[in-house]
Amino acid sequence: MGALFTKDTQAIFWNNNASAIQRMLDYDYVINRTKPSVAAIVAPTSGNKFEKFFYGPDEIMVPVYRNTKDAAAAFPNADVLLNFASFRTAYDVTMEALSLKGQFKSIMVTAEGIPERMARKMNQAARDAGVIVIGPATVGGIAPGAFKIANVGGTIENIINSKLHRAGSCGLVTRSGGLFNELSNIISINADGIAEGVAIGGDRFVGSVFIDNLLRMESNPEVKYMVLLGEVGGTEEYKVIEAVKSGKITKPIIAWCIGTIAKHFSSGVQFGHAGASANADAETAAAKNEAMAAAGIYVPTSFNDLPGKIAEVYGKLRAEGVIGEIAEPELRAVPKVRRKKEFICTISDDRGDEATYAGYPISAVATPDTGFGIGDVISLLWFKKRYPKWATDYLETVIKTVADHGPAVSGAHNAKVTARAGKDVISSLVTGLLTIGPRFGGAIDDAAKYFKYANDRGMSPAEFIDYMKKEGKTISGIGHRIKSVRNPDLRVSGLKKYAAEYFPSTPLLDFALEVEKLTTSKKDNLILNVDGTIGILMVDMWRALGYSEDEIDGFIEAGALNAFFVVGRSIGFIGHILDEKRLGMPMYRHPTDDILYNVELADEI
Amino acid sequence: MAQRAIREYDGKAIFSKHWEKYFSGFHYGFKSVLVTNGDELRACAQKHGFEWLKQEALVAKPDMLFGKRGKNDLVLFRTNKPGDVTLEDAAKWIDEKISHETTLLSGQHGTLTHFIVEPFTPHSQDQEYYISATTVGEDDVLYLSAEGGMEVEEGWEEKVNEVHIPITMDDANIAHLIRANVPSGIPAENKERFIAFAEQFYKFYRDLNFAYLEINPIVMIGNDMHILDLVARLDDTAGFMMGDSWCDAEFPTAFGMEDQSPEEKAIAEADSKSGASLKLTILNPMGRIWTMVAGGGASVVYADTIADLSGNVADLANYGEYSGGPTTGETKFYADTVLDLMTRHKDPKGRDKILIIGGAIANFTDVAKTFTGIIQSFETYADRMKEHNTRIYVRRGGPNYEKGLKDIKEAADRLGLYIEVYGPETHVTDIVRMALEK
Repeated sequence: MGALFTKDTQAIFWNNNASAIQRMLDYDYVINRTKPSVAAIVAPTSGNKFEKFFYGPDEIMVPVYRNTKDAAAAFPNADVLLNFASFRTAYDVTMEALSLKGQFKSIMVTAEGIPERMARKMNQAARDAGVIVIGPATVGGIAPGAFKIANVGGTIENIINSKLHRAGSCGLVTRSGGLFNELSNIISINADGIAEGVAIGGDRFVGSVFIDNLLRMESNPEVKYMVLLGEVGGTEEYKVIEAVKSGKITKPIIAWCIGTIAKHFSSGVQFGHAGASANADAETAAAKNEAMAAAGIYVPTSFNDLPGKIAEVYGKLRAEGVIGEIAEPELRAVPKVRRKKEFICTISDDRGDEATYAGYPISAVATPDTGFGIGDVISLLWFKKRYPKWATDYLETVIKTVADHGPAVSGAHNAKVTARAGKDVISSLVTGLLTIGPRFGGAIDDAAKYFKYANDRGMSPAEFIDYMKKEGKTISGIGHRIKSVRNPDLRVSGLKKYAAEYFPSTPLLDFALEVEKLTTSKKDNLILNVDGTIGILMVDMWRALGYSEDEIDGFIEAGALNAFFVVGRSIGFIGHILDEKRLGMPMYRHPTDDILYNVELADEI
Repeated sequence: MAQRAIREYDGKAIFSKHWEKYFSGFHYGFKSVLVTNGDELRACAQKHGFEWLKQEALVAKPDMLFGKRGKNDLVLFRTNKPGDVTLEDAAKWIDEKISHETTLLSGQHGTLTHFIVEPFTPHSQDQEYYISATTVGEDDVLYLSAEGGMEVEEGWEEKVNEVHIPITMDDANIAHLIRANVPSGIPAENKERFIAFAEQFYKFYRDLNFAYLEINPIVMIGNDMHILDLVARLDDTAGFMMGDSWCDAEFPTAFGMEDQSPEEKAIAEADSKSGASLKLTILNPMGRIWTMVAGGGASVVYADTIADLSGNVADLANYGEYSGGPTTGETKFYADTVLDLMTRHKDPKGRDKILIIGGAIANFTDVAKTFTGIIQSFETYADRMKEHNTRIYVRRGGPNYEKGLKDIKEAADRLGLYIEVYGPETHVTDIVRMALEK
C-alpha cells in the first residue's frame, strides 16, 4: 500500500499508441523524470525493433517487443502494464501479464465492452494475484509529479493549469474518465491539486473499485483528503460508507454521485455508463448521496456546488495545519516545434572534444598502453560494448585466420586481375570483396545458421544430417578439399584448442563435433572445416557473453559473421594488390586455348 | 451496451441449437413459432415440420419481453376448457389482440406485435420446477426450486435455494456445490435428474454468455423437458465471440417503450459506423433546454443540473453525448439533428430556447475541430434558431479549446445568434445556472 506510483515507476505499453506514449514522455520531461515512464512497447504485429519518440527537444528510442513476456524479461523493473488492447484481446493480454508472476503491480485496461464474464475472470485473477487493475473502460490514473498514464490530464497546458505536474494533497477517485480531468481542474482551482487520482472505469465490472483506491489513499501520507465522484447504479459507495463508519477511513472525504436525473425517468433511458443504472432504490444517486452525508462524508447539495464544498474542506484542513504550503517545482518546457531525426547513430559520436567509440574517446583505445586491441575496437563499434579479453582475442584470431588463402581463390584472383588492368587499390579491393558470397566465404554464415538452427530445436546430430538431406542442402562448414581426419587442418586445431582453453563453454562446437563424427565415418574428408569452426565458435562466444538466441539470430541475419571474413580477407586482398603494383605485371589476358568455345554460327548474316 | 433482453422464442431457439451438446440424457422438442398475425400462423401450419400446429392443442401468448402474462390475461390456453385451443382459435385471438392497444397491470401500454405459439403441455403442478441463473455482485447465482410457476414467486424466500458460484470455480466444485444445494422438496425419484439438469443448465448459461436466464416453470416428465416460460438476457459485449451461437437473436425494444424516433435511429446508426461515440435520446420534444454535450460523464452532470436548477424536468428536451474524437462531419450531423429538433416547436409559454453546448476538459478530442462541425450547422439553422429566440451557452476545455471557443463565438456573432462562451476557468455546469438565471 502507500503510493500507487513513484517517480521511478516504469510501464510496459501494450499496443503502439504513439500519441498517448508521446504524451507520457512529454509529461516525464516536463516534471524532470530521470527515466522515461515507458520502458518498452509490446506490438505483436510490428516489424520494428524500436519506435522513436521525443523526449524534450531530443528523440529517444523505445524498444518494441512482440509479446509481454519478452518485454518483461528485458525490463524486470517495469511493474505497470498499460493494456491498450481492444475489447477482443484485452482479456488475453491481462491474463498473460498476470502469468508473469511478480512482474506487474498494476495493470490498466482501457478497452470498453470486454465481455462481462471475461472481465469478471480477469478482475478476480488479478485480485488473487494481488495486482491492482485500473479499468476496464478507463482513461487511467496519475500520481502528479511522478507518473501519468497515457492520456490522463490531456494536453501539457491543461496538465499545468490543473496542477497535475506536482503532487497536491487530494486523493481523487472517479468512475468517469472525462470528468476526471474536470475534477482535477476543480480541485486545482479550489484547493492545491491532487496527490493521486484514479478513474476506475465505466464498465459494469471493473477491477479496483472505489474502496480499494480510497483505502490505499488512506495509507498514503501524501493524501490529506479524498474526493469521490460516484454514479447512479451499483452499491460500491456503500462499501466506502462502511469503511468511514468503522474507522478504516479517517481522512475527510468529499463525495457526490452523478445521475440524480435518473429518478425522473421510470425506465428505458440509460444515463451514462454501462455500469450506471439503478436496480434498486438504494442504487439511485439520491439515496447514495443521502447515505454518504449521513455517514459524515462531505456531500454538496448538487454537482454545481461541488467546487464550494472542496474549497470549504481544503480551507479547514489548511487552517488546522494538516495541509501546508506546496512548493512549486521548476519545470522544463517541451519545445513547440520539434523535428524528427532522419538518421540514428548508436555506436559513435563525433560531437564534443573528441570522437568516441561506444562512449570511449579514441585516445583511450588507440595506443598500446590503453590495453585495447583491434578486437576491442571491433567489439565496441560492432556490438556497442567492450568484450572480455578471451572474446576479443578470439575475434583477432578469426581475423588473422581468414586474412588470406593464397592467390588462386576467386576473390584474390579477381583483385589481382583488376590491379593488373591498372586500376587503383579501392577498385581492385572492391572487385575482390564483391566475390564474397554464397560460394566464396559464405560458409561461415551458413554454418553458424544451420548448426544453431538444429541445436536450438534439439535435433540430434543424425536428425540434423537427415534434415539437411531432405532440404537438399550440403552442410556448410563440413568438408575440405584435401584435409581429412588423418591430415587435420591445423587452423581448425588451433581454434579448437583456443576455445577449449578460454571459452566458458562451447555447446554448439560440441554438437558440431558430434556431427563431424558421423560425417567422417562416411567419408574421411567430411571434417568440420575452418569456416564452420569460426561460425560455430562465434555463436558459442555470443552465448557465453549472455546474448539471447534471438539477438544471436539477429547478428547472423545482419551478416556480422560475413563481416569478419570481409575485414580479415581485405588484408589479404590488399596484399595481393600491392604485390601486383610492386611487380608491375602487365594487363592480364586469359589464353584462348584455355577456353572451350562452343558458339554456333548464325544461320544468316 | 451491456445486458439486453431477447425474446422467449429466440431463447428457446438457442436452447434447441445447443441441446445435444449441453443436455445429454434429456429431450427437448422445441415446438415453437413466432408470428405477428393470424395469417402468418396459418401459413406456418402448412410448412413441413409444423404439422403439430394443426394436430395439437395450442398455447399462444405475446413474446415482447414483459412478464406476468398470465396475470395480465394474455395467455390463451383454453376456449372452454384447458387444452382445447385450435389453430384457428389462436389465429383469431392474435388478430384480435393486435387490433387495439393493450395496457398491462404495470401501466405499460402499447400495441402487441409478436406472439409465440406452442403446443399445450398437459402436466401436474408437481412436475413443475423453477431454475434461473444470473450475476449478483461478482458471483454467478443459480436459483433452484422444487416448485415452479406462480407458486415460486409467492414465497421466494422459503422455496428457492440460492447457489453462489464464484467466477473462477472449476467444474468439479460447481457440480459438488449444486448437489449440496439441491432443494429438499424435489422428489427422490427425480433428484438425480434435476441435479444433472441444473448443472448442465448452469454451464449452458455460462458458456453462451447469458446475463440472465430463467425457466419458470420447467416441466420434467421423465427425461422430457418442457420449457414452458423463459426469460433471457444476453451480455451483448460477448457478441463478437458467439458467431451464430445466438441464432441471430434480435434485441427488441421493451413493450410500451415508444419506438425510437427517426432522428434517434439516425444517430444510433451513425454511432455504429463510427469509432467515436454519438448518442441521442429525446426526452421531451417540446422541451425548452436542448443539450449538445461532449462526454458520457459530462452529459449526466448537465442533465442532473438542468433538472435540479430548472425546477421542472420537462424543460429538458434531450439527453445524449458525442465523444471519442468524432470527425467534423459527424459532429455537424449530430448538431444538425439536434438543432432541427429544437426548432420544430415554439415553447408553449413563449420562453427562449436554450442550447447548452457543454463538456468537461477533453483528454484528447480536438475541441476546435469538433466545434467546426457545430459552426457549420449554425450556418444552416441560424434563421430558425433566431425564430425561437435561442440563447447558446458554451463551456469546454481541452486540446485547442481557445481556438474552438473563439471560432464558435465569432461564427455566432456573425450570424446574429446570442452566445456566451466559457473555458475551464468556469465550473463545468455553471452555464446552466447562468442560462436559467437570465
